Amino acid sequence: MKKFILASALTSLCMSSATADIKVGILHSLSGTMAISETTLKDTMLMLIDQQNEKGGINGEKIVPVVVDPASNWPLFAEKARELLTVEKVDVIFGNWTSVSRKSVLPVIEELNGLLFYPVQYEGEESSKNVFYTGAAPNQQAIPATDYYLEELGVEKFALLGTDYVYPRTTNNILEQYLKDKGIDEEDIFVNYTPFGHSDWSKIVADVLALGADGKKVGVISTINGDANIGFYKELAAAGVSADDIPVIAFSVGEEELAGLDTTNLVGHLAAWNYFQSAEGSVNTNFIKTWKETMGEDRVTNDPMEAHYIGFNMWVNAVKDAGSTEVDAVRAQMYGQKFPNLTGGMAVMLPNHHLSKPVLIGEIQDDGQFDIISQTSEVDGDAWTDFLPSSAVLKSDWKDLGCGMYNLETKSCVQIKSNY
Amino acid sequence: MKSVLVKFLINNPSVLIFFLILSFITAFITIGSEAFGYGFISTSLIKVLGKTLCFCLLAIAMDLVWGYCGILSLGHFAFFGLGGYMIGMWLMYERTKLIVIEAGKNAELPMTIQEVQNAIGAQIFGVVGGSEFPIIWAFADFFWVQLFLVILVPGLLALVFGWLAFRSRVTGVYLSILTQAMTLALALYLFQNDSGLRGNNGLSGLQNLPGLELIPQSIISIWFFWGSAAALGLGFILIKLIVESKLGNIIRGIRDNEQRMRFLGYNVETYKLFIFTLTAIIAAIAGALYYPQAGIINPAELTPIASIYLAVWVAIGGRGRIYGAVIGATFVSLLSSWLTGGQAPNISLGFIELKWVDWWLVLLGISFVIVTLYAPKGIGGLFDKFTKGISK
Amino acid sequence: MQLILKIIFFMLIFSNTSNAQSKFQSLIEYQNSNIIKPSVKTAPFVINSIQTFNGEISNKFLLAWQLKKLWYRKDDYSIFLVEKHSNTEYATIDLETGKSLGLAKKNTIKQIKPNSGVRRLIGSALVTSQLNSSILINRISSLDSIGRNPKAIHLQPLRNAILKESDTNLKIQMERLERILSVKFEINEVKRIEAIRSFDNDLSLDVRASLNPILNTTLELSKSPPKQGTYAQIIDMKNPSKFNRYQAYDMIVKEGWAIKYITSEMKRSSLIENIKDGEVSGIKIKNLHTNLSRDLAYSRLVNSDLAPKDVTESQIQSAIDGTFFYEKYIEKSPNVILATQQTLNKIKTKVYIARGIDLFLDALSLASIFFLAAIGLAITFGVMGVINMAHGEFIMMGAYTGYLVQQYIPNYTISIILALPIAFAVTFFAGILMERLIIRHLYHRPLETLLATFGVSIALQQLAKNIFGTQARPLTSPDWLGGSMIINDVISISWIRVAILCLSIIFFALLWFTLNKTRLGLETRAVTQNPQMAASMGINPHKINMLTFGLGSGIAGIAGVAIGLFAKVTSELGNDYIVQSFMTVVVGGVGNIWGTLAGAAMIGFLQKSIEWFNPSNTLAAQTFMIVFIIIFIQFRPRGIIALKGRAAGD
Repeated sequence: MKKFILASALTSLCMSSATADIKVGILHSLSGTMAISETTLKDTMLMLIDQQNEKGGINGEKIVPVVVDPASNWPLFAEKARELLTVEKVDVIFGNWTSVSRKSVLPVIEELNGLLFYPVQYEGEESSKNVFYTGAAPNQQAIPATDYYLEELGVEKFALLGTDYVYPRTTNNILEQYLKDKGIDEEDIFVNYTPFGHSDWSKIVADVLALGADGKKVGVISTINGDANIGFYKELAAAGVSADDIPVIAFSVGEEELAGLDTTNLVGHLAAWNYFQSAEGSVNTNFIKTWKETMGEDRVTNDPMEAHYIGFNMWVNAVKDAGSTEVDAVRAQMYGQKFPNLTGGMAVMLPNHHLSKPVLIGEIQDDGQFDIISQTSEVDGDAWTDFLPSSAVLKSDWKDLGCGMYNLETKSCVQIKSNY
Repeated sequence: MKSVLVKFLINNPSVLIFFLILSFITAFITIGSEAFGYGFISTSLIKVLGKTLCFCLLAIAMDLVWGYCGILSLGHFAFFGLGGYMIGMWLMYERTKLIVIEAGKNAELPMTIQEVQNAIGAQIFGVVGGSEFPIIWAFADFFWVQLFLVILVPGLLALVFGWLAFRSRVTGVYLSILTQAMTLALALYLFQNDSGLRGNNGLSGLQNLPGLELIPQSIISIWFFWGSAAALGLGFILIKLIVESKLGNIIRGIRDNEQRMRFLGYNVETYKLFIFTLTAIIAAIAGALYYPQAGIINPAELTPIASIYLAVWVAIGGRGRIYGAVIGATFVSLLSSWLTGGQAPNISLGFIELKWVDWWLVLLGISFVIVTLYAPKGIGGLFDKFTKGISK
Repeated sequence: MQLILKIIFFMLIFSNTSNAQSKFQSLIEYQNSNIIKPSVKTAPFVINSIQTFNGEISNKFLLAWQLKKLWYRKDDYSIFLVEKHSNTEYATIDLETGKSLGLAKKNTIKQIKPNSGVRRLIGSALVTSQLNSSILINRISSLDSIGRNPKAIHLQPLRNAILKESDTNLKIQMERLERILSVKFEINEVKRIEAIRSFDNDLSLDVRASLNPILNTTLELSKSPPKQGTYAQIIDMKNPSKFNRYQAYDMIVKEGWAIKYITSEMKRSSLIENIKDGEVSGIKIKNLHTNLSRDLAYSRLVNSDLAPKDVTESQIQSAIDGTFFYEKYIEKSPNVILATQQTLNKIKTKVYIARGIDLFLDALSLASIFFLAAIGLAITFGVMGVINMAHGEFIMMGAYTGYLVQQYIPNYTISIILALPIAFAVTFFAGILMERLIIRHLYHRPLETLLATFGVSIALQQLAKNIFGTQARPLTSPDWLGGSMIINDVISISWIRVAILCLSIIFFALLWFTLNKTRLGLETRAVTQNPQMAASMGINPHKINMLTFGLGSGIAGIAGVAIGLFAKVTSELGNDYIVQSFMTVVVGGVGNIWGTLAGAAMIGFLQKSIEWFNPSNTLAAQTFMIVFIIIFIQFRPRGIIALKGRAAGD
């Protein structure tokens, strides 16, 4: 039995690697805890590839998607990435959601000189030669959102609530330092971390309410992840917290997450992203239309989908420009690659492998959509934050310096490989 | 001496058969590898198989504690993970140290020891927003100490936990639930960012052996495959020896009727504690071999569900027969990874297309129920019937 | 500044024209971009200039702006009100005249959306006019505006309004708000202290929010001890909590009382600057890899005046010793400070007690959730001795049943009332099915029941994923369960939690009654204790086992609806509760439902108290709780309420 499986696995592998088309690996969890978010991205990629093939593929070659399921299991991400690169011999991988899965894949991608497009907002403090970060870096989401709090809403006291993992931890570290630089007292920053899927929010919400006792305007910055948001917002609504009194701005709550909630009591709370479905413009309208035609009328679009949309199209153009799918050639063509955002304006790929994108702030509406109330001009993504002293001296520039971790003080490259 | 060995082998033909098969597979993989042979077996497949061997070692430990001693521990995957963490600390520290020292060569002033320490700390703990080394990393720079910790830490945890549990006569399902609680507590602790082991991120990049960065993974994967095969072989013999000895009879007695053994004058608790701790150590060694192949260890690995899956492997393979555990671990974990990998063809039933990714767990669950109900001895049991049929 | 000048300039020009309406139009045109894209930075000027136009129109405009009723045309940026005509077309209406301006395509016009900061400013500006409004709702909303953004200028209009107010309830609210404003802004010290004292036992948040700022302090340094009564406290520099020694020294340096401290980082860069021919003041670079050699090299640099002098630890210490660090009150009047301190102290005690009660309610609520999740298990595991790992999935089935019922019956109240019995029925039959097919065969092999039911568990979980997808599904509580039971600003508990508490009390009573006072209960206990004997007494053990198992599973279904209502409905819902539930049963003591009650209470209260001590890390609380339980079981292996005698046998 075992041998039979091995043998058939081998033959199937050999068969698939025999074709000469351009292969795109899709490394998103289709089962397990992260499937809730990542399945959507897999479907997005398949849709984009279909569209490109209808247009005639790339340079006359068809694009073949190779879908694997790392099952929300982080070591499996590394295993599947290796399989995609060595057995399936894909030309590029689009995938990952969580930071830990990215850290798991990094050594493999760098060892085998692969190419990964990572579509989710993340904590920064990393730069890999082989990864293009199409999601937001902290300065493209967290910092503008905090500025909005400080300048527009006049928030003086901050509650930083997050799920206990690396993205909220690092983001909150950066924000704490940033707020202190802006003159907010350490005592006026309340930080709380909860486990994944946390559901018992009554005490934490009560703690946040109690923060108002010293007469300062309180605002919540939420990096709460996934399902836990549902319980949090339900408790918030039950406590009668109006967005006018204590606004909540979330970095991980998008259209998809709100689909599991009745939002009538949450109207006015905020989220910061680089994309909202409600953005006006014909490109976005078409994108939403195609998505709903493919997936069903009740499906929504969200920010990481736009990131894949931009990333994929940039890659296609870079391949066209390079005339091959060879990683180093494509990488060289990626720098300065331009493609229109779904929200209007142009996304540009920077030498630090991040995009320049506008930052949008939206208010939750009763239909589960966001009302865009603020939109900045394009902000350049920054791999190493300027607000932590140890990172402020670092710079990533793969185009001219050829280094992702260049120390501006000592004028030397700290390391070529990324830190994982 | 020689005759004892021969006698042992004659009495236990399964050992010989097992070793033949294991050597054959190892030789076959080596010949097929990209590094030492014709290259028709990919490195990623070798890694999968190497990891499977580690699972087998874990499974036979589980078989000893559950199948022979009757303790259904739902915590052995935690020991496995702890072993991984211990070796991971060394791998991570050393690799980062080399990078830091390399980068330090470009600096104007040579680095002080403190500066090197700080730079390593910033590299490792930067992702969790710290730079200080927690005290548990005190020995991360010393390979042999850390290697000893692979055995010591899980062994000590098992010893203390087991001593407490067995002393208060917690048995049966209660013990299972208690071990499960222990696993959950450990996982939750590790999930915390402040645990000093990088919280949810865990330790990553473990496949890169410090100082051996230039050696391709295709070669390293084979090394680890050999190592895992050797460990499995040794573990198999050790457990077989225990099972065939007087100790084996005693623990089987405990499994079948603990009360009676106690009345016969055996110190049941000590025997149970010994087996529990020993298997925890074997599990930790398996983990220390597994995670450098997997590349990353993090708390999600230690969640209670993993330990339950371990019990599933052993049950499907067949309890109380060591090769059963090996069959179970190999069969279920390989099938599992193949079917969820997206390579298996979907089955079209005309009106509905069944995707393996979606339905595999349902099938696993159902087949598990069926095995428990109708084939309590698992696949190994069917094997036994077959071989007995021949000998009769 | 430039803006103000512009506005003045603009007003000068237009004050000559005769038509007030067109003036207003022109103003709006002039401020167009600031109105269409409002920001807190520009809004005050816009509001001010609009308010200079006395009369209905300016208030009408501001109100419409605040309520997001204004729209604009994308091509000429003209501003107007709209009325929905069809899905694609809107009727546009002139703001001043109310005349229709014709239909506009939806994609040619856009809504103006001031953010909540701007809305607050507008609300604040509208206070005076709204306070005098004849419409009650306007007056109420003006109070909200004052409460959100209290200003000194509100005090007088509010006092005037109180005299005129006819609605008694509103009048009381107004008077309270007047006192709060007095605390903040009253100039007369006696009146102010009177207002402060009037809040002696009021623990409301807004009261504390107005009192606490009076005691705000700034950190000051001085070389001689500060005057009595002007400072809150002198910081004990032997054990400072807010800053460390080096930060303290930095502050002294900032005052110019000491010279700068040289950090090792700065030393390093000084050394680097002075590298000459591979040496720093005679020491080879390769030897500079210890702090000792670096210090030596640095001192040589200092001696040759190439680097600033280093500060020693003892110098730092003596600088700190010679300085007083103290927190100085910003408020000048010592009488006000004293009154505030006294009032706040009285409030503080009340707040502590109230927070204790609130924590108690939280813990009670958590305990009731654990209880509800575990009570079904207490029957199947505790009474029957069957380990059902699929119990969590039964909870999940209940939650999904609730979701499905809500899909077909849109009225939330009816759907919840229907969902409870339906969920019970669904999981009751699922339980019976499982008992018949699987558990029946395994009564003598409890460990194997664990494994088989685990198989069922993973199959059911994946099945739920296949059917409902991986996204969380909404299960919404009816409006009457939506809010919170608010006793005061500290003590409150959401109604849904109260409902869960009631539900668990009902089920506890119901089960206790069933097990102890009915025939079914008697037979269940008989079968559990001795199936053979029970069978020979004419009880059908198969039937009893089946029914008991069904009952336990059915309750899990109901628990699922309840948990889904307050948390989320996903396929992993059950997973989150299974280990906790088992521990509840084991800790409490197997075999009777009192034990489960005790177990749930212990776990709930324990978790909340640990959270109380370590509020920033919920995960740690959970970890400690489990560790505590493990240790607890070592000492009471049979749980809190252990059965005695024969029934306790394995």
